[in-house]
Amino acid sequence: MNTQERLTAALARVPYAQFLGVRAELKGDELTLVLPFKQDLIGNPMLPALHGGVMGALMELTALTQLAIASKSDKFPKTIDINVEYLRTGRAVDTYARARVVKIGRRIANVQAEAWQAERSNAIAAMHGHFMLPEADSE
Amino acid sequence: MTAPPPPPGYQTGDNTLQRALTMTKFTPQAHALGIELTRIEPPKVWGHVPYRADLVGDPDTGVIAGGVITTLLDQVCGVACVSAMKAPTPVATIDLRIDYMRPAQPGRDVIAEAHCYKLGKSVAFVRAVAYEDTPDNPIAHAAAAFMINAARPTKAKP
Repeated sequence: MNTQERLTAALARVPYAQFLGVRAELKGDELTLVLPFKQDLIGNPMLPALHGGVMGALMELTALTQLAIASKSDKFPKTIDINVEYLRTGRAVDTYARARVVKIGRRIANVQAEAWQAERSNAIAAMHGHFMLPEADSE
Repeated sequence: MTAPPPPPGYQTGDNTLQRALTMTKFTPQAHALGIELTRIEPPKVWGHVPYRADLVGDPDTGVIAGGVITTLLDQVCGVACVSAMKAPTPVATIDLRIDYMRPAQPGRDVIAEAHCYKLGKSVAFVRAVAYEDTPDNPIAHAAAAFMINAARPTKAKP
């Protein structure tokens, strides 16, 4: 099974990823999570705008999956903290997210993520988080 | 199931309780997760999300996904801001920081309480905590800033 298939299978096993409707696309070792728009993801029906929690969740999921690739582990790390910055209104269209592993330490990893819609250069939100690596957690 | 369309006066009604309840009921993502408001004492509000198998983030342990807690905390923080206002306006999250102390217990509903401790003219500041039984044994803490009057139109609509 190649990495793309392994990722797709790993995400398919996460009920919440299925609830959101997220799918993974892998180019080399760079992962993009795709969140196709659906009405259920709206947080403010008057604008309309995506729910801030959904944007945070998408970037956290991207960070966790990118970390699993980077650390060549089948287990997802555990989130210690996330800091989400909202830059633009998330419109009622498909959303994409990518994560960059800043550092993998002995026990903790530091990861940044970004979400965008039509243009990659116009991020709608950014995330910075710390994650406990699964190997360290089970010590 | 999709949330029904919001009624007129959504987010801007006179009655604080009614406004907060309506705001959550007509938020499609809150509706999809089953988030409900349980108590309102402005500028504090309480809400909960029921445990559901389709919201699990770790299939090995059955622990609910971090994203569900994130959305619950964001939602109650936003409602706390609106509950604190004399003349309510829509709000939008500027930033949201969440610290996860421990995994949520599988099979149990998660409660969140939020306190809008400073309501400014343009920005509101909120703290929130998620737990099953008491805030002394927290799953996660949140600190957030919200923009007030977030839906001010930039262009006139025809």
